[in-house]
Amino acid sequence: MLRRLTLILIPYLWLLALFLVPFLIVVKISLSDVALARPPYMPQLDLAAGLSGLKDFFSQLDLENFWFLTSDDLYWKAYLSSLKIAAFSTLITLLVGFPISYAMASARSEWRPTLMMLVILPFWTSFLIRVYSWMGILSQNGLLNSFLLWTGLIHEPLTILNTPTAVYIGIVYTYLPFMILPIYATLEKLDISLLEAAEDLGCSRLTAFWLVTVPLSKPGIIAGCFLVFIPALGEFVIPSLLGGSRTLMIGKVLWEEFFNNRDWPVASAVAVVLLLILIIPIILFQRNEQKNREAGQ
Amino acid sequence: MRRMSSFNLVSLTLGLAFLYLPMLILVIYSFNASKLVTVWAGFSTHWYGELFRDQAFLDAAMVTLKVGVISSTLATILGTMAAWILVRTGRFLGRTLFSGMIYAPLVMPDVITGLALLLLFIGIGLDRGILTIVLAHTTFAMCYVSVVVSSRLSSFDRSLEEAALDLGCTPWQSFRLVTLPIIAPAVISGWLLAFTLSLDDLVIASFTAGPSSTTLPMKIFSAVRLGVSPEINALSTLMIGIVALGVVIFSIISKRAAVRQQMEEQAAVRT
Amino acid sequence: MPQTVFAPWENPDEKPLIQFRNVTKRFGDFTAIDNLDLDIYTREFFALLGPSGCGKTTLMRMLAGFETPSSGSILIGGQDMAEIPPNRRPVNMMFQSYALFPHLSVWDNIAFGLKREGKDRGTIETRVADMMRLTRLEKFARRKPHQLSGGQRQRVALARSLAKAPKLLLLDEPLGALDKKLREETQFELMDIQEKTGTTFVIVTHDQEEAMTVASRVAVMDEGKLVQVATPDRIYETPNSVYVADFIGDVNIIEGRASQSGDRVLVSWAEGTTPLVAATEKHLSKDQACYLAIRPEKITISETEPDTANRLQGEILDIGYLGNISTYHVKLPTGHVIKAQSTNTRRIARRSFTWEDKVWLSWTDTAAILLER
Repeated sequence: MLRRLTLILIPYLWLLALFLVPFLIVVKISLSDVALARPPYMPQLDLAAGLSGLKDFFSQLDLENFWFLTSDDLYWKAYLSSLKIAAFSTLITLLVGFPISYAMASARSEWRPTLMMLVILPFWTSFLIRVYSWMGILSQNGLLNSFLLWTGLIHEPLTILNTPTAVYIGIVYTYLPFMILPIYATLEKLDISLLEAAEDLGCSRLTAFWLVTVPLSKPGIIAGCFLVFIPALGEFVIPSLLGGSRTLMIGKVLWEEFFNNRDWPVASAVAVVLLLILIIPIILFQRNEQKNREAGQ
Repeated sequence: MRRMSSFNLVSLTLGLAFLYLPMLILVIYSFNASKLVTVWAGFSTHWYGELFRDQAFLDAAMVTLKVGVISSTLATILGTMAAWILVRTGRFLGRTLFSGMIYAPLVMPDVITGLALLLLFIGIGLDRGILTIVLAHTTFAMCYVSVVVSSRLSSFDRSLEEAALDLGCTPWQSFRLVTLPIIAPAVISGWLLAFTLSLDDLVIASFTAGPSSTTLPMKIFSAVRLGVSPEINALSTLMIGIVALGVVIFSIISKRAAVRQQMEEQAAVRT
Repeated sequence: MPQTVFAPWENPDEKPLIQFRNVTKRFGDFTAIDNLDLDIYTREFFALLGPSGCGKTTLMRMLAGFETPSSGSILIGGQDMAEIPPNRRPVNMMFQSYALFPHLSVWDNIAFGLKREGKDRGTIETRVADMMRLTRLEKFARRKPHQLSGGQRQRVALARSLAKAPKLLLLDEPLGALDKKLREETQFELMDIQEKTGTTFVIVTHDQEEAMTVASRVAVMDEGKLVQVATPDRIYETPNSVYVADFIGDVNIIEGRASQSGDRVLVSWAEGTTPLVAATEKHLSKDQACYLAIRPEKITISETEPDTANRLQGEILDIGYLGNISTYHVKLPTGHVIKAQSTNTRRIARRSFTWEDKVWLSWTDTAAILLER
């Protein structure tokens, strides 16, 4: 019994100390004021002052930073643009990923493990390097422009790097495996006799696809969309390498607020709001997973 | 399901090309003699030499390896414990909070995790360095490990553990002699995942690292934010090569084991 | 010396090996075992029989120590098991899934429990060799479980659970995963091994034929209670309720009202019919609701009216031909359908009855069992 308790306590305390407590600190600092001190915020909790110190401390906390976020249009524009970029790139990833998943599920069964490995392999290589690899391709005098100029499709090099387009490409590219795998998992389980039954009952191939394949792969599609949307919303590396200064994304704003402006309270407030925005899709995602698990049993 | 058409063939080809061409280009250009990334000036391994002469890169690689090995080992131990708690223990006080803390880091943006941990380390006056990066990486990696291990544990036939108890094992013996050997593949892939995540992480490391503990991703990031660098191409090629080799070897080994198991099972049916 | 029948449960001086005393087990709101008392004796082959969810597996898992009773106590060899964890009990279990350790060879699986006891190498080797001989596994010592067929795995599981020479062996649906033919062979093997080792066996099964074949006594369970505990022949010939009669084998149940005279009861069962007569030791009040249970093989089917105590005329509705026997479904004028069985001693072409034939069904007054519930 005692052993069981220690077993539970070790990871529990670890997560409390290094996951939950840090978040409470973020919330607390988001309610504090910036100060020219070390650490650069106030009030500081003065436990030596006892209960009155505690009272003082709480009375100095306020929502000022959050008002600041609404007053400066940089922030809400960044939130909106993050949402827009995440949503559109999720849609594009779905459109690109679905045919690939479908083709994988249609392949001969001895090929499937290899195809699966080929899709997972990029995931094991460095994210940073995968994003970086597009810099050389998309730049003004990069490979894509050279190629397009060579084919004669364009006569002036396109500006792609340091625009939102490059960010879209980066997100679709790096998160594509997250979309392909859950959809493939549902499609692979799809019984071919269902399609044959649909055709037997008078569907054409295309209608059978619409009426049978797509609805049955819905759990995979939803899971894939969340798996792309949620991390894309708080993305930092892609917008800072491919997006240039003109692409606003909230992850990058937070980074700059912290490292460049050294405004810890505002950075914390930005984080708190981002978290609040993320909670909705995360809960929806958890529900979807729960439903799938129950359906699977 | 099985239905292969030319449409499927085209989408597979294009999809895989999309996934692999950028990396392939990176690899090719790492052997470019010219410093200009777009101009091909002949084959050369010049940039690899440059890379190995750059002490800063070697130091960063060393830091990254250290952090990776320590944090993924810690994460594997803690994550396996957490998985066991999630799957095997009944209700206890704060169970919902616990499973919440396991799943939340998986979807948490790196910038928030990094910021939160940094504020904690400053709050308790812990000097930033390798230790703080290890603590940070262990925390988020253990959650991934516990997801991998717990999915294996929940498909694990509990009567195996009961059989061990029935035959005289204490609970700890039954874990060591029966459970652990059976879930070992999941624990190993958990470790590999944790190691890769640690090797890969830029954002959290940037928040929690001190001045003397620059990791490789941080070094790469600061080198490339201003543009393409041939040295980084060389470094990327090395990293891609190592990962590809590792994954290919790993999958060949597991494929062989699966085939052997299948053949033996068929042989057993025939006897 | 006259050979005594093995029946320790009839000897009041015999100490039971296992005693359940007012045992109740609840899972939340669900009561799996409801205030149950049961004694099982040394060297018995005891079968727990019942549909799934009747509590038989829970009962067994409480013996092994994987569940603890919500109230009441379980004694093994007179010792209360409440505080004793599974690994310290003189009990071993053969799991339904066999639970063979996939990473260990057959030899290591069988030696697993002995090694935990800290026995020396020589003792372990001898014991494992004995067990492998007993279960005819000598050739497979170095194989891993996945390299074995279903029947071989079953034998490894048995050898492993017997290796520690437990006082009590629990078998959870031990033959459930085998096909019918192999199952029948293995049933006799199990009985043989039980006899050779002298171990007390408690087996859980939902297969009534299996329970009847192997067991010295059968406990029929329903909704956490024991309905009847008796030898297989008594369970079959004198079930104590419609539930047991219906669960074990095939049976015709006729509902009616009783009027008793001495050890004979007349049962009026339908308007305008002669009451049926049955012998009983029970005492029923006038017009008490009761049931007659008649096994199909105890009903004779004939063309002409016999002079047996009970006889009814009807028309053949259906014939189920099973090779050795045929089951006739006979519809009575009252609408009742009665099943009667007869052995096919003659070749099928010369079968005497066919569909829509008018036939007589008859049985003696001792063939029917009178049941009150």
